[in-house]
Amino acid sequence: MSAESATSAIEARNLTRRFGSFVAVDHITFDIRAGEVFGFLGANGAGKTTAIKMLIGLLPPTEGEAHVAGFDVRTQRLEVRRNIGYMSQRFSLYPDLTVRENIRLYGGIYGLTDSEIRERSSSLLERLGLSGSAGDLVARLPLGWKQKLAFSVALLHEPKIVFLDEPTGGVDPITRRQFWEMIYAATARGTTVLVTTHYMDEAEYCGRLSIMVEGRIAALGSPEELKRQFGAASVDDVFVQLARTTSEPGTAA
Amino acid sequence: MRALRFLLVKEFLQIARDKVMLRMTIIAPILQLLLLSNAATFEVKSARLYVVDRDHTTISRGLSQRLQAAGRFVLADASPSAALAEEALLSRRASLIVNIPPDFERDIVRDHAARVQLVLNAEDGATAGVTEGYAMQIITRYAGELGATIHASSPTGPVLDVRSRNWYNADLRYRDYMVPGILVQLVTVVGTLLCAMNIVREKEVGTLDQLTITPLSRSAFIAAKLIPLWVIALFELTIGLLVARLVFGVPMRGSLVLVFFAASVYLVAALGLGLWISTLVSTQQQAMFVTFFIIMVYLLMSGLFTPVRSMPDWAQWLAEINPVKHFIGIMRAVMLKGATIVEVMKPLLALAAFGTVVLSLAVRQHGRQ
Repeated sequence: MSAESATSAIEARNLTRRFGSFVAVDHITFDIRAGEVFGFLGANGAGKTTAIKMLIGLLPPTEGEAHVAGFDVRTQRLEVRRNIGYMSQRFSLYPDLTVRENIRLYGGIYGLTDSEIRERSSSLLERLGLSGSAGDLVARLPLGWKQKLAFSVALLHEPKIVFLDEPTGGVDPITRRQFWEMIYAATARGTTVLVTTHYMDEAEYCGRLSIMVEGRIAALGSPEELKRQFGAASVDDVFVQLARTTSEPGTAA
Repeated sequence: MRALRFLLVKEFLQIARDKVMLRMTIIAPILQLLLLSNAATFEVKSARLYVVDRDHTTISRGLSQRLQAAGRFVLADASPSAALAEEALLSRRASLIVNIPPDFERDIVRDHAARVQLVLNAEDGATAGVTEGYAMQIITRYAGELGATIHASSPTGPVLDVRSRNWYNADLRYRDYMVPGILVQLVTVVGTLLCAMNIVREKEVGTLDQLTITPLSRSAFIAAKLIPLWVIALFELTIGLLVARLVFGVPMRGSLVLVFFAASVYLVAALGLGLWISTLVSTQQQAMFVTFFIIMVYLLMSGLFTPVRSMPDWAQWLAEINPVKHFIGIMRAVMLKGATIVEVMKPLLALAAFGTVVLSLAVRQHGRQ
């Protein structure tokens, strides 16, 4: 394995996905360094979710290639899956299982031993302040708690990379802040985070950002770099500028 | 495999928490057996008889009495007018007319043969057939007695001597015949419908995607889905068999082990079908619709309600690849005839083959999603 790929958590080269004649993701190329918080920004339908699905092996790419944790997403799916965690915008825990049962289930699926599951569940529950609700059905938890729990469960097997697909959708601002504190705590332990969002204030929290427009990466860099490059006051302004240029007639082809 | 253990715990916990489903799995077999086996019967208990006696002799009256005494018929009316009888048939006051012509007695005494006409309301073919069968039986028996009385001296008995006996279900108890079929239908619904709905629910909630991106193998996922439903379906069968035995007194002449073995093999096909349906649809509603459509066709063409042998050739050919037909065949043979594994080997192999094919196709399809 080359020295380069050892430091890159994710490498994508001309990654493309077509659905019929529609190009959902159009030759995107990027590197995500280990331990980084990398943001995927874009309007709905810009191709964020499709790109993530290719990286985690839910969708085969039409063209191009990608390596996640050094493994090819086409040919080494199982190795990829062992090294990643995933939390989707659709809630991913079992509502009809209790908090503890959900943790046990995912721990078991990722091959943790019984003692590992025990230790990690109690520390996880303590950190989230959920120790008293361990026996409650997940369906009864408030949305914010569910999402924090889902994120913690996605980290249970200590993956190298965690994919968060719009993790804070529909959550109040305070919970969103707490969620981001959890993300930073994870990166402090060396986890790489790839997060998609359409909240522009959240974009400012990312180490680097890629802004996707119509399946392509229209801009890539740290929030400061992007603001400087576009002469904008905020990431939101950058985003608006990009959206305006690409929606002008004649550029669509 | 370790992950499978955790998944099985999860499945059983979920099933145990679904109170509605749990209650249904226990109540449904009892209710269905009680309702269907009583309602879905071809037994004719009180066919309305109209006697048109234009002979008015001892022998003709004897025939009329025999018909009424057999317990199968109730006299709706009697008159010497064929026209009135037809009117009764048309208005459904009668379902069977027995037409005894003039000179009935004379013909019997002189020619040793006479004619009787049966006119049946055959709107419902099956009922008409059964009614005719009963009437024929009574008339034939009467003819036999007459032959013995009139020709006591002569060695030539009555010309007509048909004797039919219903083996394995001597009293033609339709319940005995229906119950094994209804048990099959129960096992099918649990196997196929619950399987399809259970997997599609994970699709709807989004947990299927979540599981897909874990290192969990496809075979562990499928095994964890199928094994609990397999157990539940066999549990349903147990309840059903108990009800059949204790409430209806349906016999179990063959081996109970063989019944469960055949059910286990059959369930591979039923569950495989459910898995296959789950790959085709994306909501539980769609799953339910597709499953009911398929099960309906299967059941109607299975011989549960109508004999396969009276279907057109193409339907008979299709029935050969209908697992429901084979399983019903096995159930009836084992329960009513006491058939052993050797005698049901052919349908059993057909079930095994069908199960293998359907399950492998379903697993392949599941992987493609």
